[in-house]
Amino acid sequence: MKAHGTVHKYGDNIDTDVIIPARYLNTSSHSELASHCMEDIDKDFVNRVKPGDIMVADKNFGCGSSREHAPIAIKASGISCVIASTFARIFYRNAINIGLPILECPQAAKAIQAGDEVEVDFDTGVITDCTTGQTFSAEPFPPFIQHIIQKGGLLASIEK
Amino acid sequence: MGMTMTQKILAAHAGLPEVKAGQLIEAKLDMVLGNDITSPVAINEFEKCGACHVFDNQRIALVLDHFVPNKDIKAAEQCRQTRNFAGKYDIKHFYDVGRMGIEHALLPEQGIVGPGDCIIGADSHTCTYGALGAFSTGVGSTDMAAGMITGKAWFKVPSAIKVTLTGKPTGFVSGKDVILHLIGEIGVDGALYQSLEFTGDGVAALSMDDRLCIANMAIEAGAKNGIFPVDDVTRAYCKDRFTRTPVEYTADEDAEYTREVVINLSKLRPTVSFPHLPENTRTIDEIGPKEVKIDQAVIGSCTNGRMEDLRAAASILKGRKVADGVRCIVIPGTQQIYLQAMKEGLIETFITAGAVVSTPTCGPCLGGYMGVLGKGERAISTTNRNFVGRMGHVESEVYLSSPAVAAASAVTGYITDPAAI
Repeated sequence: MKAHGTVHKYGDNIDTDVIIPARYLNTSSHSELASHCMEDIDKDFVNRVKPGDIMVADKNFGCGSSREHAPIAIKASGISCVIASTFARIFYRNAINIGLPILECPQAAKAIQAGDEVEVDFDTGVITDCTTGQTFSAEPFPPFIQHIIQKGGLLASIEK
Repeated sequence: MGMTMTQKILAAHAGLPEVKAGQLIEAKLDMVLGNDITSPVAINEFEKCGACHVFDNQRIALVLDHFVPNKDIKAAEQCRQTRNFAGKYDIKHFYDVGRMGIEHALLPEQGIVGPGDCIIGADSHTCTYGALGAFSTGVGSTDMAAGMITGKAWFKVPSAIKVTLTGKPTGFVSGKDVILHLIGEIGVDGALYQSLEFTGDGVAALSMDDRLCIANMAIEAGAKNGIFPVDDVTRAYCKDRFTRTPVEYTADEDAEYTREVVINLSKLRPTVSFPHLPENTRTIDEIGPKEVKIDQAVIGSCTNGRMEDLRAAASILKGRKVADGVRCIVIPGTQQIYLQAMKEGLIETFITAGAVVSTPTCGPCLGGYMGVLGKGERAISTTNRNFVGRMGHVESEVYLSSPAVAAASAVTGYITDPAAI
């Protein structure tokens, strides 16, 4: 499986309140959540984002609230993959559980710039910045987590 | 190699003699929690995958607390969906308006969680119950749905940071100042993926309300959980509340820690987190008396909505007035706390001082309702997060503090040392 898209770049400690502000948590509609994604730090994100685009950020991405609405909003906005130096642990679980691909790769997170064209190969963990020609290797998921991803999320993985 | 307290609880719930940091395990759950924001997403997933029963209707807690009494039609629908689910599956610990409280004040108070438990909750502040010597961690709605179906969850066994507390807090220093100080020391990702294991002689000097506040904000350092040893304070708190059998775990002498942080409680000062991260801390002495003007003071939340918090705030507000131009909002954490505060005359103190007192709700903490900030407005708040836009407008600001500092600031209109008024 591969992802290919334009990069939307953010900094450290992108919290779930800016990914999807709590004032919109009175709905669980994926499309409605997506329409407010990143609104408080990047008002234009929802207008710029195209299906398949890639989000890149630095450390502790997704810190704060446990709201699954955050990875849902990102996924439903069309983002195909999030690359960060590190993820906050609840966001990390949630992304895996709902089938939003995420990769930890500090080198890629630092080097890749907004607007770059990036390709991600999920089978090998190789991230290619097509704009600069640089390649990076992300940490592979442990087999247990790969199993959840292959099954299409946590609930699918526990179904008999 | 010995195990930490967290590792021992996880091993026991995974049915393993020992576990090591980094190991992936599946653990049995003693309690699965959700609220009116996260439960609807979990219920959708539960129904989508064709589940038709819960693993144990006694071990699920559904608490309507974020946007209740319903703030709008959409919130009403989310509560209705959760209420219907609770009815359909006969969920014992379902708490609706009139019986509810803020979940992390309510569950310990009602004895639904206790020592030795393994708990997940679809709310990041589920780590609060570590104060009771439980392993307790926040998860998302899909984990909650899986937990309700199977009674189990997967975990990566965390490594640990040892937080050694010494001495006794003095003056107006409370549990909130301890945790804000720690987050200021190690940063908002200082304990990422790890457990914060509190230990040392200083623990005995902290009340259960202090410990609940400290464990509550472990997540703000990125921690998977925060945990306190079980002692006489814990036992006294759980007596006549916790109906299951408490199990006391202690860390092995040779347990491994990635680092140790030592905090001398007697040296701490009232501490405030400046916008827009909890790690941006300053002691009250580093803030000028008229440096930070406020528009609102919020006293409450899962962090600081307990009896001792209300008493601390009332002791400052008694015989004083909230400053002109400041809205002071007091929110008791549960109905029982509300009632006790009434009996002690605290509610009268608040209202006489010019504060408003609300029914229990998470409302303002996350900018939901009951105290949303406008453009450029500033709040001092006893809540747990001060991210951009957390309490309202994207250009508003939240300063985190203890109830004593928030109350003193409400009186002067500026962030103020409670000892100075």
